[in-house]
Amino acid sequence: MRAVSVILRRELGAYLSSPLGYIVAAVVLLLDGLLFYAEGLGPAGGERLSGEVLLRFFYYASGLTAVAAVTLSIRLIAEERQSGTLVLLNTSPVRDWEIVLGKFLSAFVFLAGITLLSVYMPLMIMVNGKISIGQVLVGYGGLLLLGGAVLAIGVFATALTRHQLVAAALAAALTGTMFLFWPLSRLIDPPISRVLAGLTLHGRHFSGFQAGLLHFRDVVYYAAVTYFFLLLATRIMEAKRWE
Amino acid sequence: MVRVSELSKYYAGTRALGPVSFEIPSGQTVGFLGLNGAGKTTLLRVLACALRPSAGSVTVGGFDALQNPHAVRQRVGFLPQEPPLYVDMTVGGYLAFVGRLRGLDPAEVRARVPEVEERTNLEEADGELIRHLSHGYRQRVGVAQAVIHDPDLLILDEPTHALDPVQVVEMRSMIQGLKADHTILISSHILPEISETCDRLMILNEGAIIATGTEEELSSRLLESRRFSVTVKPRVDGEKGLAKAGKIEESVSAEALGVEEEPLDSDACEAVVACIRRIDGIRAVEATTPGEAGAVSFLVDASGDRRAEVVRALVEAGHGVLRVERTRRELESVFLELVQERQARDASG
Repeated sequence: MRAVSVILRRELGAYLSSPLGYIVAAVVLLLDGLLFYAEGLGPAGGERLSGEVLLRFFYYASGLTAVAAVTLSIRLIAEERQSGTLVLLNTSPVRDWEIVLGKFLSAFVFLAGITLLSVYMPLMIMVNGKISIGQVLVGYGGLLLLGGAVLAIGVFATALTRHQLVAAALAAALTGTMFLFWPLSRLIDPPISRVLAGLTLHGRHFSGFQAGLLHFRDVVYYAAVTYFFLLLATRIMEAKRWE
Repeated sequence: MVRVSELSKYYAGTRALGPVSFEIPSGQTVGFLGLNGAGKTTLLRVLACALRPSAGSVTVGGFDALQNPHAVRQRVGFLPQEPPLYVDMTVGGYLAFVGRLRGLDPAEVRARVPEVEERTNLEEADGELIRHLSHGYRQRVGVAQAVIHDPDLLILDEPTHALDPVQVVEMRSMIQGLKADHTILISSHILPEISETCDRLMILNEGAIIATGTEEELSSRLLESRRFSVTVKPRVDGEKGLAKAGKIEESVSAEALGVEEEPLDSDACEAVVACIRRIDGIRAVEATTPGEAGAVSFLVDASGDRRAEVVRALVEAGHGVLRVERTRRELESVFLELVQERQARDASG
C-alpha cells in the first residue's frame, strides 16, 4: 500500500497544482449553486417541502458529480502515456493494481472534496426547513458512491488509450449509456427491462440515496461497478505494461 | 550482473532484436552502439523490464526478468531517451516521489535526495519547477531519478540526446562519477561519447550484436594495426640543399612540410618513404606533420602490423626512429567498417 499512498499524494498534488482541478471545482459548485437557487431559493422553490428541495438538490448534484468524475479521471493514465511518464511507473517496483488504485483514490479524494464543498446548501435547508441529518448524510454517501463508480469507468477508459479526448468520449459514452438504462428499462418489456434497471448507474440505484433511504443493494451495486472497472483497468495496465 | 540468453523481440512479426546473448559482470560500463533502428532501445527496454521479450531470457542480479520483474525493477535505474518527468513538480519533490516509489522510506529519501542532487549538480535547482528547467537540466534530473534508489544496474538510453557540447561534457563527467557505484549500460549513436565513457562496447546492427570488446580490441581487429605513424629523423647525406615544399614528392604533403623554423631535406624524406615502401605489405606512406628538429611523421598504411619491420628497415638505413604509434582513428571508422562488413556478408548470403 506504500506505492498506493505515494501515487495518491502525487496525483492529488497534480490536481491542486493544475488549472483543471480548480476549473472542475468552480464549474461544479457554480452549477450546483445556480440549480439550488432555482430549485430551492427561487420562486419555484418556495412552494416545495424542504425534503423535496433536498431530493432535487441531490438529483442535480448527481449529474454534475458524474460529469466531474469523467473530467477528472480522463487524464489519469492517458496523460502519462502521452507524456512518456508512464515508463517511470512501469519500470518501478510497483504493481499494476497499485498504480490503478493510487490514481483512482487521488481522483476520488479530490472529487469528494468538491462534493463536500456543496454541503452549505443542504445546511441552509436544514436551518430554514425540516430535513433530517440522515437524509443529508445518505444523499452525500450516494453522491460519493456514484462518483466513485463513474471515476472507475473513467480510469478504465483512460487506461485504454494515450489520447485524453478518446478516453473522455469513451468514459462519457459508457457512463451515459449506463445512465440511460433506467429510462430505457421503462420503455421495454421484461426480462430485459429488469436487467437494464439492475445495471443502471442512476434511477433505481440512486433514487434511494436522494430520498435519504439507504439500501444495502445499492451500496453493493456501486461498489461492484467500481471494483469491476478498476479490475478491468488493472488488466489493461498489465497487458500494456510490457508493450 | 546481467545475463542475456538468446533474447529476441519481434514487433508484428518483424524482428527488432536478436537473438542476442551476452553477460555483463558487476561494475562494468558497457556501451551499446548502433545506427537508429539497430535495436539498442529495444534491448535496454527489455533489460529495464519495460518491454517483454518475444523469446529468450534475461537475468539481472540473479533474478529472472520474466519470472520476477518486480525484483529486477528494484535493482535497476532506467533513463529512457526522453526523461520521464512530471513537469508540475519541483526537482526535490520529484526525486522524493521517485525515491518513495522505488521503495525508500521517508528518512532514506531525506538523506538521499540532497546526495543525488549533489552528484548530478542539481542542488541549486531543488526548488525549481521541472517545467522551468532547460533540456540539459532535465536530462540531469532524469539521471538523478534513475540513481535515487542506488540501483545495482543503471540503464541510460541516449543520455546525451539533444544536449549541446558543454552539456555533453557535463553528462559524460557525471556518468564517469557514477561508474564506481553502478554497473552501467549506455546506448548512443554518438560514438566518441561511448568510447570515452565505457569499458566495453557492443555494436548492434539490425538487431544483432556484430562486435564486442574494448575500443582497443575493436580497433585493433579492424583498423589500427593497419595504420600507424612513425616519426623519423631522416639521415642527411652530405650538404644537400634544404628542401622546399614544392620539391617534395606527392607522398609528402606540402602543408606537412611547410615548416618555417626547421626546413627538411626532401631527398632525405624521399629516402625514408622509399625505405618504408620496400617492405612487403606496405600500401602507402605519407608524410603528415613536421616533427621536432628536423623530424617528420609518416603515416603508414599496411596490410597488417608492419611496425617492427618498418623500424628495423629505417634503423638499418641509418634513419633515427623517434616514435612509432598506432593511429587513433575515429571509432566511427571501426563502426562503419563493421556495419559494412556485416551488410556485405548478409548480401552475399
